[in-house]
Amino acid sequence: MTGPPLIEVENLRIDLNYRSSHFTAVEGVSFRIDRGETFGLVGESGCGKSITALALIGLLRPPLSIGAGAIRFEGREIQSLPAAEQRALRGNRIAMIFQEPMTALNPVSPVGRQIAEMFVLHQGKDWREASRLAVEALASVRIPAPERRVKDYPHQLSGGMRQRVMIAIALARGPDLLIADEPTTALDVTVQAEIIELMRNLCAERGTAILMISHDLGLVANVCRRVAVMYAGRIVEERGSDDIFRACAHPYTQGLVDSLPRLGSRAALGRTRLTEIAGVVPAITDFPDGCRFNPRCTRATEICRTTEPATTWLGAGGLVRCHHHV
Amino acid sequence: MLSFAIRRILQTVPTVLAVVLVIFVLFSVVPGSIVSSMNDDGRGPADAQVMERMKKQLGLDDPVYIRFGSYIAKLATGDFGTSFRTREPVTTMIAKRMWPTLQLIFASMIFAIVIGVPLGFVAALRPGSFVDTISMVVAVSGLSMAKFWLGLLLMYLFALKLGWLPSFGYGDGSLKYLILPAVTLGVSPMALLARTTRAAVLEIMTADFVRTARSKGMSETRVVKWHVMRNALVLILTTIGLQFGALMGQAVVVEKLFSWPGIGSLLVDSVLQRDIPAVQGSILVVVLFFLTINTLIDLLYGVIDPRIRYA
Amino acid sequence: MKLGANLIIGGALFALAIFVGVFAPWLAHTDPVMDANLLNAEEPPSWIWWFGTDAQGRDIYSRVLHGARISLTVGIVSQLVNSVIGVTLGLTAGYWGGWWDDVVNGLTNLMLAIPSLIFALAIMAVLGPGLTSLLIALGLTNWSFTCRIARASTLSLKSQGYVQAARVLGYGDLRIMITQLLPNMVGPIIVIGTLGMGGAILAEAALSFLGLGVRPPYPSWGSMLSEARDQITTAPWLSIFPGLAIFLTVLGLNLLGDGLRDILDPQSRSRRT
Repeated sequence: MTGPPLIEVENLRIDLNYRSSHFTAVEGVSFRIDRGETFGLVGESGCGKSITALALIGLLRPPLSIGAGAIRFEGREIQSLPAAEQRALRGNRIAMIFQEPMTALNPVSPVGRQIAEMFVLHQGKDWREASRLAVEALASVRIPAPERRVKDYPHQLSGGMRQRVMIAIALARGPDLLIADEPTTALDVTVQAEIIELMRNLCAERGTAILMISHDLGLVANVCRRVAVMYAGRIVEERGSDDIFRACAHPYTQGLVDSLPRLGSRAALGRTRLTEIAGVVPAITDFPDGCRFNPRCTRATEICRTTEPATTWLGAGGLVRCHHHV
Repeated sequence: MLSFAIRRILQTVPTVLAVVLVIFVLFSVVPGSIVSSMNDDGRGPADAQVMERMKKQLGLDDPVYIRFGSYIAKLATGDFGTSFRTREPVTTMIAKRMWPTLQLIFASMIFAIVIGVPLGFVAALRPGSFVDTISMVVAVSGLSMAKFWLGLLLMYLFALKLGWLPSFGYGDGSLKYLILPAVTLGVSPMALLARTTRAAVLEIMTADFVRTARSKGMSETRVVKWHVMRNALVLILTTIGLQFGALMGQAVVVEKLFSWPGIGSLLVDSVLQRDIPAVQGSILVVVLFFLTINTLIDLLYGVIDPRIRYA
Repeated sequence: MKLGANLIIGGALFALAIFVGVFAPWLAHTDPVMDANLLNAEEPPSWIWWFGTDAQGRDIYSRVLHGARISLTVGIVSQLVNSVIGVTLGLTAGYWGGWWDDVVNGLTNLMLAIPSLIFALAIMAVLGPGLTSLLIALGLTNWSFTCRIARASTLSLKSQGYVQAARVLGYGDLRIMITQLLPNMVGPIIVIGTLGMGGAILAEAALSFLGLGVRPPYPSWGSMLSEARDQITTAPWLSIFPGLAIFLTVLGLNLLGDGLRDILDPQSRSRRT
């Protein structure tokens, strides 16, 4: 492939400054996503995956801020762009859908209007033309009778319908990158698959790259070609999603894999217990020294408690940060 | 929407009846009958015969429920009775004073909205800033001041010292007479609106849908205009509605201070002179006005916030 | 930081008002009622007459100090009555529900429909002026907000199973209400009470200003302002000091209420004002 990747994150650090306290929420995070690629970011809640996504789209608000590192979109560093140019990227080239579709939509505005805003903002259309385009956008996410539905308010729609509206908004301008932060976590299991399928197909048609964020390794591995696992503000392993179940290198990843029920396995049939990772995720206020996973790790030795592991490159573009990786 | 409106209007009927009952009971059943209170009007004690004749004339010897029935019946035809003091129908007295009071109430509410809401918005968009601190100091001070004291100070400064505005009275009804009383009356709803608006906007700014709006690539100005304002309006409207009640109460004091010929000063004069029918009539009109305003505001909610309409 | 400032400034102002009220007889230079002397009439503020004198030659400084007694008595007593009424009605309505709840709701709606100052005015009209009438009029007309909060708090605790659990343990109604429900609403009730006290002081001043409160010659800040109105051209200081006393006392209570709300009732901080 020629030219710079679609988006490139290099050594990103996100700080949390509250009054006189200073913490580092995310540190040394680097990854790249190519045009049309699907990339997943997995981790438990509080590991920093969501704020990494917010940093990409420029939505970090105090007390959070970018402390160091670079985010480059098509080779241009986003933060050094003037505010107006950043806004022209946001929504237009990089779009985002959120976890909770009920609260992510404005309760007192008809959904059609909330879609139409995209055309007014980025294409300078008048409201009439924008409303017509909004009907098309609703139709594209397979909502029946879109010309009537545009007049509905969010509370009149079901959870799945609302998330379809969110997708319609996000994909309205045919962005190059869609960030999906736990897009199905708040939905019924039966609806989840439909939404994932819809999102994947629409992005494939448009050549839109996906950055999917979830606590659910199985879901992410299913949607994405490559997966990065985050723990306590750092990426601990990055692999092709085919490899990750077969041969994960980091003990934390191994723990995540082992805690998934797999079809046909003894665990899924209820004959053995699913294993869980002992201990709890450390709070941002007291990340342990050395490898941050060491208090919960079965392989931990003295070096893990004192020295932060360096990045080890594995074959096929994978990487791991562990003193005792397999 | 229509059924919502009808339902909302019907809901006020029991309240109105209850208010009528309270006003009736308060002034008719409690000790100190109307006729004996008429003796306080400064014309010396009436003799027993006169009192008997008047009691009969006013139907005061009838049992309470019959008197209440005829009171309601008269109210229904718009008859509030006859003033003890001026022998004029109370309805006419109130009608004459309606317009000045409405002028005063609406002028001060407009003042409160025009100053208070933008103040709250500016404060909320820059929390912790100099503007924020100043506007909140202004707000809490405005709430802590006795209205008639503020009125006295304004009167002293603008009327007596600077001579820019007339110090009291209705004059020919022109704007310059309205300014001082309206500002005096408007200060505390202004302060409250500033605080409510600030709190509402601050809360809405942290809502998920505001983050969504930003993720669309909207400027902060557009985020506020398209998504924050309408949501804040619902909360601001509640405050405006409730403030009308306090405003009606405070209007009594302000009208008295500025010798404004409204219902408030009619009420105070009637109370001081124990002119019971006029007192009852003025209170009833004030309450009806307040209920009407609140019903209208509830209907407005239905227009602004779709969740209420379908609830 | 700002949270602390509200609490400290408000608390200090209120404490000052209490101090002045309690020790007025010792702090005052003259008797507020008896020491009228027409030779000293309408003296502007000076080293002898700190706040000046009125048309009858009475010392405004001494009268303002004594006025604190009326204002604080009315503010504290009437707000206590309101809080007791509000909590009792709200708690029982939420706890028992049924027809009693409907009655309380009806009463609350009625109270909200009549502007409280007008209601108090009507009661004063029936009872006649005086301190007792003031306490009754202001104590009966401003409990609806407390009642709503108490009722809502009771309902939410009921739905969390507190009440069921206590009943299973064999607790009586009264015991459940006092030991289980009441402690959970104390914070917001204190906050409303503090702000309500400021409101009651303003209402007392307004009624006295209209000639319906405490009767002259005993000094109330409101009635002093009422007398001052006619002399505003010749003796503006008469209008300044009693009004300033009201302002500082009520400001203290409002700041104290805001400060307490931040501590005692944090979730409502942004919702109500």
